[in-house]
Amino acid sequence: MSALLQAEQLTMRFGGLTAVKEFSCAIESGELFGLIGPNGAGKTTVFNLLTGVYRPSSGTVTFAQSDITGQPPPVIAARGMSRTFQNIRLFDELSALENVMAGAHLRGHINLFDALLRTGRNAREEKRQRDWAYKLLAFMGLEERAGLAAKHLPYGDRRKLEIARALATEPKLICLDEPAAGMNPSEKQGLAQLIRRIRDQLHVTVLLIEHDMQLVMGLCERIQVLDHGETIACGKPREIQSDARVIEAYLGVADA
Amino acid sequence: MARNFLVMLGLLAGCYGFNFVLAEFIEVVYVDYINLCGLAIILAVGLNVINGLAGQFSLGHAGFMSVGAFAGAYASIMLTYGVIESGPLSFASMGSFLLCLALSGLSAAAVGALVGAPTLRLKGDYLAIATLGFAEITRIVLTAQDAIGGPTGLKRIPKMPLLPGAEKWDGGTSTFWIYAFVCLVILLSLNLQRSTFGRALICVRENELAAETMGVRAARMKVMAFVYGAFFAGIAGCLYAHYQHSVRPDDFTTVRSIEVVVMLVLGGLGSLTGAVVGAVIVTLMPQFLRPLEEFLNLSGLSMVVYAALLLLMMLFRPQGIFGQRELSLKLLRRLVPGAGRESGP
Amino acid sequence: MDFTQLLQNMTNGVAKGSCYALVAVGYTMVYGVLQLINFAHSDVYMLGAYFAYWPAKWMGYLPDEKGGRAQDVPLALVGLFVVGSMVACAAVGALIERAAYRPLRNSGRLAPLITAIGVSLLLEYGGQMVFGTEPRLFPTFVEAQSYDVGGVKFANTSIIIVVTAAVLMGALTLFVNHTRQGRALRAVSHSFNNARLMGINVNATITMTFMLGSSLAAVGGILVAMDQPTITPLMGLRMGLKAFVAAVLGGIGSIPGAALGGLLLGVSESVVAYWSTTYSEAVAFLILIGVLLVRPAGILGSAAREKV
Repeated sequence: MSALLQAEQLTMRFGGLTAVKEFSCAIESGELFGLIGPNGAGKTTVFNLLTGVYRPSSGTVTFAQSDITGQPPPVIAARGMSRTFQNIRLFDELSALENVMAGAHLRGHINLFDALLRTGRNAREEKRQRDWAYKLLAFMGLEERAGLAAKHLPYGDRRKLEIARALATEPKLICLDEPAAGMNPSEKQGLAQLIRRIRDQLHVTVLLIEHDMQLVMGLCERIQVLDHGETIACGKPREIQSDARVIEAYLGVADA
Repeated sequence: MARNFLVMLGLLAGCYGFNFVLAEFIEVVYVDYINLCGLAIILAVGLNVINGLAGQFSLGHAGFMSVGAFAGAYASIMLTYGVIESGPLSFASMGSFLLCLALSGLSAAAVGALVGAPTLRLKGDYLAIATLGFAEITRIVLTAQDAIGGPTGLKRIPKMPLLPGAEKWDGGTSTFWIYAFVCLVILLSLNLQRSTFGRALICVRENELAAETMGVRAARMKVMAFVYGAFFAGIAGCLYAHYQHSVRPDDFTTVRSIEVVVMLVLGGLGSLTGAVVGAVIVTLMPQFLRPLEEFLNLSGLSMVVYAALLLLMMLFRPQGIFGQRELSLKLLRRLVPGAGRESGP
Repeated sequence: MDFTQLLQNMTNGVAKGSCYALVAVGYTMVYGVLQLINFAHSDVYMLGAYFAYWPAKWMGYLPDEKGGRAQDVPLALVGLFVVGSMVACAAVGALIERAAYRPLRNSGRLAPLITAIGVSLLLEYGGQMVFGTEPRLFPTFVEAQSYDVGGVKFANTSIIIVVTAAVLMGALTLFVNHTRQGRALRAVSHSFNNARLMGINVNATITMTFMLGSSLAAVGGILVAMDQPTITPLMGLRMGLKAFVAAVLGGIGSIPGAALGGLLLGVSESVVAYWSTTYSEAVAFLILIGVLLVRPAGILGSAAREKV
């Protein structure tokens, strides 16, 4: 059995700067995988490489047994990888419900003429998207907010809505970029439970970038640590916690 | 779909009745204003899909219109007279007219795809200036074609086909044809807007990257918007040519493209209702100000007043009359207690 | 192929391009700070010509019937007309900014754009009301002469145009790069907020930008009017379009870009005019689209990368 997502020797250079250097990882189906590292370690760049936002300078990405290196984001989304953004990117003018329905667009099977002529197929597609979107909103605890424009949602809900939208694409793997950023401790706890339920109930594999160590350590089954674009450790939370290089990266080297 | 079909049939009957009433009871000048409004509505509603929904700032709508106008007019002259520049003005046959309309729409749509595809990577004002450039190039190329009359364009374009029972109507059946397409473009655009494709277009506008990572093929959606808008601009061009009976490349300058954008922004970009209202205002305002200008014998006055009103409007309501809202039953009820029906067409 | 003629066209193109550049600078500077296509700029250019025309007319320096030169205008007086027109246009530019654009500075991108169109229409048709629709002969001020170099004629008006444009553009570049106010301008075009935090008066700087651009447009208007030599209230339409294209071509926001774009446009138009005057009108747009497809931010422009 090969991994669901396998990255090999991914390198990304911006001009002279190497943001990510020879990044490799293998995420098994059904895992809760964490990617951590200090600010500027290249975590988000890795996400951008995996989801097709950037084309890697070198290296390969294999997802569900097919090579997706350099494919554009819509193709990767169609293969079953979805994501959220560190700087929330919702469709602000659309309602929460419509945001999630937009995620469901990907799995729709109607053509433009169905839409223009309002055929029966169009009606069925609308119903499918609507039902699915309501279900996900309920899952994320946002059913009350369905009719509100995304721009009017409070911050925490915006983060959750982005997750709901990503789930609407029916992914095999969801990449969450700092989903708990800016949340208070109790919100974070709720979110951790939600993420676990995404994996347990929706059977979606989760790849998580997070700054909050407590959250990551409690939630993830395996963790990979980046620093200056390079992997410095990978393993179970307990191993990571005691890894000398990780501690050094986070706390700096003690003066000798 | 069946319901849509019935609605459209009903609307067509409505257009027939509307044409009849105008022909019988309304002064020709005002009928002309109403027809010009109709043409503007088709343009604005089509452009709203590109500029409003997809958020792609196109400043080249007159270009698409000109392609449709010349394609349709040329075909129509050929189908009716067989040659250019001969014979008195006559009615186009129903068949040839519909054929010309289809040709106009499709040729403009093809140009829309042609313009849309390479300029996709441009954003905002750069896209605007590139589309403006395309429209200007189109105009200049048309000017240079002797086969379609060069700068003087095509003349003696047949009248729009007669309808049963309409033989004696003054001013012909232009209103019917124009408003039939007004109804069509509004109906289709409403359907589009409320569909998964409409949402996908808005996603591209709101956040292209997020749309792409959610599986929306932004490039394809943008081309689709251009093709859709261009198709109806082409139809409007064809109708315009048949309505005026003549068409020149200089009917489609940048000024006209800008005018359509002004209609959208004035009404509220992204709102279909806004596009309709904006089209009507921008078309009528100079017409109604003209008598004032003639009375005071101050050439330019009507445009000055128009510009001043436009300025005031933007300064006090920058989001346009409707913002992004639509005139719906709900909104109507809120504004006018007791009001029930949306007024048409 | 007549190479002398082609060369002649090219030299004419340099003069034409210099005028484009003078007007393009105004577009590029305003766009640099406000990200606004200032549609009214081309009408300020038109006003520039009229502001020089009227005093000349009142003082009796009328052109003769054939549009020839106004008799015996002292050079100092010509300079006065030009400077007066520059000052007046600068005032108009500042007024436009203050009254029409500043109230909308936080209303997104479209509302100001439509406002700009409104101001443009207002000036064009207001111009028609005040100045009349008929074209007016503009006094040429200097006696037309031309110098023959190997069959290629250099008209003295062309030389005046090119030299004036070069001097003004040079002065502007020096100003922007080597003075306090110039530094403020660059800072504001980078970021309003950061500039404000550094103690720069953002509003004053924007006003200054409009005044600079407008005064150069005034000179452009006078130079073109001398060359034509007729002026109409709608003369800005074509020039505005071309000059804006030149600005985008060179890389909007960049002053050397405006100069480069203007010259490139002027020369290529004139060269193509050797074969077809009709298509020479399309050249500007063809080059524009070609360049944008390869370099989406123009020749000297730099595209900002979106942070993901």
